[in-house]
Amino acid sequence: MRIIADQFDKNAVVTTVDSLVNWARKSSLWPMTFGLACCAIEFMATAASHNDLDRFGAGVPRATPRQSDLLIVSGTVTMKMALRVKRLYEQMPEPKYVMSMGSCATSGGPYWMHGYSVLKGVDRIIPVDVYIPGCPPRPEAVLEGLLKLQDKIMSSTIARKA
Amino acid sequence: MTPEEIHARLLERCGDGVVTGLIQSDESDAKNPIIYDPAQTMIDAASITDVATYCRDDDALRFDSLMCLSAVDRDEHLSVVYNLHSMTHKHVVCLRVDVPRSAAVVPSVERVWKTADWHEREAHDLMGIAFAGHRDLRPLILPEGWEGYPLRKDYVAQEFYRGMKVPY
Repeated sequence: MRIIADQFDKNAVVTTVDSLVNWARKSSLWPMTFGLACCAIEFMATAASHNDLDRFGAGVPRATPRQSDLLIVSGTVTMKMALRVKRLYEQMPEPKYVMSMGSCATSGGPYWMHGYSVLKGVDRIIPVDVYIPGCPPRPEAVLEGLLKLQDKIMSSTIARKA
Repeated sequence: MTPEEIHARLLERCGDGVVTGLIQSDESDAKNPIIYDPAQTMIDAASITDVATYCRDDDALRFDSLMCLSAVDRDEHLSVVYNLHSMTHKHVVCLRVDVPRSAAVVPSVERVWKTADWHEREAHDLMGIAFAGHRDLRPLILPEGWEGYPLRKDYVAQEFYRGMKVPY
């Protein structure tokens, strides 16, 4: 189209609303500080300087669910804690995403057989977008999970509720 | 003082209706070897509070520290094991109380050693042993509304807790 092509300097961008909104959402995923057990240590390692979580925009963990849009469930979820996890998830505003980090949050982990007070997987109470296996997962695995979540966000549309 | 001497002193003071026996580690059942206690002094359940008070106040014994209060499920009965330690004389003793499963009531030693407060709450919560005279026997560990006593050998976890499925 001769009206637009080559008429502007190089700082004009043409895009769709979907791509713009999805790019904004994926580049600023603010996680909530939700370290429940040993996976929290690996999450801290991921957020530290060697494996930097901040370069993906996710380096500002918020202590309150009201200001965060990513819930990384890192650690064993006991029955006692599960009620609180559900309440905190319901307090997060849309759009919100959940990442289940480690085998305890995915399916109960090493406590699947005899752990009477362990919830066998956080997806029994909240919907999970990405599962990261590992006990605990390496920081590189956590970053891969975050990138997968970013791909999922990029492929969604704001025209319809997911 | 060795455990045998302590046992002899308790026997002399309290009589053999109360101090009912001394179990050496090679006499115990093969399923549960006593690793850390060379000998356990058996105490009659009803008088454990008097024995505990005597253990704490007597000058030769002076057991001012209750290291641990544990509940054990031996299949025929339940037992409560008290590990006592003296900071002045630096000796240890192990007292044991056996109770039947159907009537698992033991007098509380909470007034003798303050730490027994939480130990007895935990034993009550997880093993179901009632401690008579305890002022505040609330659950310590399990969530509210949990059914059953998890550390018993015949425990089967419940199907659902507040809408969440419990087994795998």
